[in-house]
Amino acid sequence: MSHKQKDASIPTLPLKAVISRWIGRNLIRIYMIAAFIYLFIPVAYTFAFSFNDSGKSNLVWKGFTFGNWANPCGAPRICEALGNSVKIGFLSTLFATFLGTLIAFALGRYAFKGRSTSNLLVFLPMATPEIVMGASLLSLFLVFHISPGFWPTVIAHVVFCVSFVVVTVKARIASLDPRLEQAAMDLYANEFETFRRITLPLVAPGIAAAALLAFSLSFDDFIITNFNSGNVTTFPKFIYISALRGIPAQANVIGSAMFFLALAIVIVGQAVTRKRKIS
Amino acid sequence: MKKISTPYLLLLPGFAFLFTFFILPIVNLAQVSTQTPIEGGDTGEFKQTLRFSNYVDAFLDSREQFGRSLVYALVATLIALAIAYPLAYGLAFKAGRFKNILLVLVVAPFFVSFLLRTVAWKQILGENGFVVPTLRSLGILSESTTITSTAFAVITGMAYNFLPFMTLPLYASIDRIDPRTLEASGDLYANGFTTFRKVTLPLSMPGVVAGTLLTFIPAAGDYVNAEILGGPNNTMVGNVIQSRFLVSDYPATSSISFILMAAILVIVTIYIRKAGTDEVV
Repeated sequence: MSHKQKDASIPTLPLKAVISRWIGRNLIRIYMIAAFIYLFIPVAYTFAFSFNDSGKSNLVWKGFTFGNWANPCGAPRICEALGNSVKIGFLSTLFATFLGTLIAFALGRYAFKGRSTSNLLVFLPMATPEIVMGASLLSLFLVFHISPGFWPTVIAHVVFCVSFVVVTVKARIASLDPRLEQAAMDLYANEFETFRRITLPLVAPGIAAAALLAFSLSFDDFIITNFNSGNVTTFPKFIYISALRGIPAQANVIGSAMFFLALAIVIVGQAVTRKRKIS
Repeated sequence: MKKISTPYLLLLPGFAFLFTFFILPIVNLAQVSTQTPIEGGDTGEFKQTLRFSNYVDAFLDSREQFGRSLVYALVATLIALAIAYPLAYGLAFKAGRFKNILLVLVVAPFFVSFLLRTVAWKQILGENGFVVPTLRSLGILSESTTITSTAFAVITGMAYNFLPFMTLPLYASIDRIDPRTLEASGDLYANGFTTFRKVTLPLSMPGVVAGTLLTFIPAAGDYVNAEILGGPNNTMVGNVIQSRFLVSDYPATSSISFILMAAILVIVTIYIRKAGTDEVV
């Protein structure tokens, strides 16, 4: 009853309707904020616990310290693991980007017999679960009496990175305006010059994005690495092994530092491309 | 003559590599899958006897885990789609000048190691975290119930971990939609829902297909989420493959891997046909 009276006295929309209309209009934005909070909860947790004065096991909050950040290599073998991850990531990115870019040019630029089979061969590694790839590769290494370790891990990483490089670079090639190359040819540039001065610079951002993707896939891989790395420990493997006894806070320091480093690289990269666009 | 050979020369190094380290291992796996132990031999010693019933045994021994893998992966994919679609839509149409920075933020959490994030979820949702005690004091969760070591934890863990693989292809295809097509639909008296169902969704289908595949495939083969967030009742095929391999039971490892791969390939093929798009790669 009182509700009706209120409506009569104030000739505006009832509060409920105002709120629901506002929510309706901003639903996507509210949803995005919620999604970002969800995305960042474990990141915030990891970052917060990098300041935990925890000793060996980082399970319960014991007090604030900068000690872990001052001494990120304080936990035994953690920096050795990080170094291995960086080395493996760098080498596999190099090989995968080279091989993948060549394949992307072949598939993106030429019509040839066997093109669809080639596309399938590129797609298959992406459709294969990592665990199958890891197990099958290790069985092959064992057949040839190659013991798992550093190089087998690099090879394994190149296998699953190549396809992602091909897809990324191919998308960039497909988005190029073919008239730019025709114009270069019209201006008497030969095929090689056109490629070097027009095509390659235009595709370069795609290759850079592919390399960044390959590195992050390699750096973060655990399943395939666990099969093929033998007694070489990478950073994810270090976390997996120490998870049983409690992960040292230094792992949180390195995880957080990687996060900020990646963020910085991408932001600087974007600033550079924007500057280039303006000039 | 030169023109014809160029693409093959470009393909040669990459495909030689993929043939040696991807196709050959799979062929070897097929070969191992029908082997049997050598009588009186050491563990890990097998000979080829073409015993195809290895596949039947492997399937019957781990049919529970097969079922769980497919169901968990399917539910995780649907949750990831439900989270990522509005997010990608908002990034494409509502983010304005913040678009690039928000896009970076979508991917940024994934530079903190996958295992660190999963362990962080375990701590947050575990007995010492703040979620469980809060829910208990509110009476939503009973004293004996936990969040970790359940199917819920494993599924949401996978949905979280594979989210960028879902969001990025979705964003790529939604961002390509010309906003004028949506306006046109509105001008023709379609309401928001009809516009979404008849214009936005069909135009973003390539992204939906690519995103769901890139989430479903790794989720179906995953064992890390099940191991860290789940309990003994949440093991998946990945856990079986891993543990069989550790005890050098290579024929079982191989045949289970093959069944998993075949199941995924069948599901993916049917799905691509039904969704009516070939632009997966």
